[in-house]
Amino acid sequence: MAMIKKKIKTIKIDADKCNGCRGCEIVCSAFHANPKYSSNNPARSRIQVITNRLQNKWLPVFAGEYTAAECMGRDKYVIDGKEYDECDFCRASCPSRDIFKEPDSGLPLKCDMCEDDPPQEKPMCVQVCLNDVLMYEEREEEVEEGLEMEAVEAGVGSLIDKYGLKTIADTVARLAQKG
Amino acid sequence: MRYAETGYNLEIDLARGNIERVETDPKMTELHLGGLGTSVKIHWDRVPPETKPFDPENLLIFSTGLLNGTPAFSANRTVVTFISPESGLLAYPMMGGFWSAELKYAGYDKVILRNKSPEWVYLWIHNDKVELRDASHLKGRGALETQDLIRKELNEPRAQVAAIGLAGENKVFTASIEQSRSSASRLGGGAVMGDKKVKAIAVRGTKDVNLARGAEFMEHMKGVTEYIKFRNANPIPDVMTILSGIGSPQEMVHTDEKWHTENFMWGNARTRRREFWSKENAENWTSAQLSTVQRLISCFNCPQHCGALVSYREGPRYMMKCFGKLTYCMAAYVDDLGFNFRILQRATEYGVDSFSTPQILAFAVELYEAGILTDKDFEGCPSDKEGRFFWLLDRVARREGIGDVLADGVYAAARKIGKGAEEFDHNTIKKHEQLPLKLGTLDPIYFLMYSTNEKISITQIEGQWPQSAFPTMEQREAFVKDWPQLPDEKFKQYLLDWEIRGEKAIPFFPTPDIAAEIVDWMEMLHNIDDACCICAGMSSFCLKPPYHIHNYPKLISAATGMDIDEAGLKKIANRSRTLHRALNNRRGMARADEKPPQDHWKRRFPDLEEQLLSTYYKFKGWNNDGIPTRERLEELDLGYAAEDLEKRGILKNGHD
Repeated sequence: MAMIKKKIKTIKIDADKCNGCRGCEIVCSAFHANPKYSSNNPARSRIQVITNRLQNKWLPVFAGEYTAAECMGRDKYVIDGKEYDECDFCRASCPSRDIFKEPDSGLPLKCDMCEDDPPQEKPMCVQVCLNDVLMYEEREEEVEEGLEMEAVEAGVGSLIDKYGLKTIADTVARLAQKG
Repeated sequence: MRYAETGYNLEIDLARGNIERVETDPKMTELHLGGLGTSVKIHWDRVPPETKPFDPENLLIFSTGLLNGTPAFSANRTVVTFISPESGLLAYPMMGGFWSAELKYAGYDKVILRNKSPEWVYLWIHNDKVELRDASHLKGRGALETQDLIRKELNEPRAQVAAIGLAGENKVFTASIEQSRSSASRLGGGAVMGDKKVKAIAVRGTKDVNLARGAEFMEHMKGVTEYIKFRNANPIPDVMTILSGIGSPQEMVHTDEKWHTENFMWGNARTRRREFWSKENAENWTSAQLSTVQRLISCFNCPQHCGALVSYREGPRYMMKCFGKLTYCMAAYVDDLGFNFRILQRATEYGVDSFSTPQILAFAVELYEAGILTDKDFEGCPSDKEGRFFWLLDRVARREGIGDVLADGVYAAARKIGKGAEEFDHNTIKKHEQLPLKLGTLDPIYFLMYSTNEKISITQIEGQWPQSAFPTMEQREAFVKDWPQLPDEKFKQYLLDWEIRGEKAIPFFPTPDIAAEIVDWMEMLHNIDDACCICAGMSSFCLKPPYHIHNYPKLISAATGMDIDEAGLKKIANRSRTLHRALNNRRGMARADEKPPQDHWKRRFPDLEEQLLSTYYKFKGWNNDGIPTRERLEELDLGYAAEDLEKRGILKNGHD
C-alpha cells in the first residue's frame, strides 16, 4: 500500500490542570451547531469532561471512532489511587454508553478538530481553555493510504447498524432518483 | 423560538403532586430580563405580604438567568428566592456550580415550588420527564452525600443535584441549599425547602439553548476572553491581594490571611487580633491549607479557581470556597486552621450558612460566659473551644435543647432568651448576621450599602469601587488611567479627589451625592449580574471586571435578539430593583430598619447618616421613608405597584 504524508493534529491534554469547568463542551457544541454558534448543548459536544468531583477525577476525553459493538474485555485503571471506570479513557461512540452521540438521533459524533473554512488556528475547545489543559500540536507523518475510515463511511455504517442495510440502501436509491 | 432563555417554567404543586410546564410571557423578559428580575415579579404577583415564610403559599423559586448555558464565561449562578424565615423579607441567595445550566439544557428557566409535600420527596427533572420521587430513605442524610446517592440511584452520573442536609430538614434559619462546590446559603432557603419536604432537586438536560445572533455573541465574547487573560496575568497593584484579581476572592489559592485574621473580628464579632499573623501562625496555616487542598476547581464554564476539593488529613472530602475557610476558626477563637477544615465538613453535610452559623455559635458561647445561658443549657457540652463548637453545631442542626432557640438566628434567639441577651446581638441588620467587621470611621458608601440594599449581605453589594482611598496621587492616576468599566468619566475625578485623611476623606467624602452615584452604580451591576446569573466575581464584585455596563448590552442583545442599549439595560435593572424594594416595603420594611449595627463604626455621625439616607432615597426616587414614589414607579412601568402600596396605606397619596 502506498505511503502518503499526512498532517497529524493532536490535542495534548494536561488533565492535572483541569478545573472541571466544561467550557470546552459548550463551545464545541456551539461551533458545530447549524448555523454555527446558533445553539449550545454540551450533550452534543465531541469533548466530554468525565467528572467525579469528590473522587477528584477530571478527565477531558475526545470523541473518536464509531463502533457498532462494545468491548468484550474491559480495563479498569487505578492511577494515583483513583480508580477509573472501564470506559473512562475510551473515545469511541459505542452502544455501551450515551456520550458522543447526537441526543436526538443517537447518531455518532466525532471530533473533527474544528475543520473550517477559513481554517481555525486551533480547535475551539483549545481556544477557550484558559487553563492550558488543552494544547494543540501539529506534525507531519507518513501513513498508509486509505486505511482510515472516513467520517461519511462511519456515519453510514452506524445508520446501517441501526436501521439495516436494506433500509439505508433503499433510502439512498430513492434520494438518488429525486436528484 | 425563544433565545437565551428557554421560555418555559416548571410549576410544581407539592401538595397535590401536580407538575406543569408553563410557557412564559416574552414581555416579562423585555421588562425584567430573567433570573432575579423575573423571579421578583413572580413573588410580587403571587405572594401577598400576609404570607409567612412557612405558609404553604410561600413560593420557593430556583431560577436560572438569561445567560446560563450560553458560551458566556461564568454564567453559572442559580438564584433562589423565597420569603426568608429570618428576615421576613424576599431573600435571594445564589449558588454557582453546575445546576442552572443543566436546567436550561433540560428546557426550563425556573422551577417554582408551591405548597408543601405531605411526605419527603425529591424532584427529578430529565428533559421532558419530570417527577416527584420518594425521598424517605434520604432523610437525615448529608447535603453532599445526598447528591451522590441520588446520582447513583438514578444511574445518572451527569445529573446536577441541589440538596439540603439535616439543618434544612429541621428548618434551621441558616440552612443552606448545597450543590456541587457551591451553596445558596444566606437567609434560610434550606429551611423553606425543608418546610416543603423537598430534599433535593436533580436535573439532567440534553437540549439546546439557542442564541439569536450567535456569531455576533461569540465576537463580543472574544473581547471578554482577552480581558480575562489580561487580568489574570496583570493583577491590580496597590490593593490587597484578594482584591487584585478577578473571580470570587481566591481564598483557596492564596494562603496569606493577614488581612482577614487581623482586620475582621474574632468571636461574636468581638475582638480584633492585630498581632495574629505571626511567623508561626502563618507557617502553620499555610501548611495546613496546602496539605488539605487537593485540587483547585471552578463552577460551570469559568476559567477561575475560586473553589477547592479538600480533605483534611485524609478525612472526608468536600468542596469549599471563599471566607468559609476562616469563619469557624475566627468565631471560636481557635488558632488552628485544621479545626476550620474539620468543622466545615460537618457543617457542609448539615447544610448551614458558613457566614451566619459560626456567629450564632459564638453568640451562644458569649451568653454562656456572661451567665445568661447556664450549665443546664450546655449540659453535655465539652469545655474546650473546638469541642464546644462541634457540640453547638450539632445542637443547632438538630434543633435540640438550646440549639432549637439558636437555630432561629442571633436576632430571634436573643429576644427569646432575654435576660439581657439582646445586648449581645450587635452584628445584625434586618435580623440577619453580618460579616464580623467593626471599624473606625463611618464610611459613607458602606453605610448606604449596608443600610439600603435588599441583599442584606455586604459582600454581594460592593465591589466596583476601591474599598479605601489610595494614599498617593500617583497611585490614583495609575488606577483611573485604564478603567473602561466606568459608567461615566466623572467617577475618575471622584477617585482622584479621594484622600486618606482630611476634608476629602471619609466620612465627608465621597459626599452624599457622590456616594449615592457610586452605590447606585454598584448595585445596578449586581442586579444585571443577578438577572443574567453571571457570577459577581467576574463582574460586580471585583475591581475592573470583565463584564460591565458597556459590554453587557451587546451580549444581551446578541443572545436574545432584543436590541437593548445601555440606557435600556439600566432601566430594566432599576425597574427590577425598585420592585424588589416595593415588595419588601409591602412587608413592612422602611427607613427605621435601614441601620447598620451601632458599633459597626466607632466614630458615628448621626446627622450625616440621616443626610446620606435622605440623599440616596431621593436619588433613587424613593420618599423620605424609603418607599418608591408613584412618580418613579410609573416611570419604570410599575404603576401597579404604586396602586398596591397606596391601597395598603404604605405610600400616601401625593406624599414624598
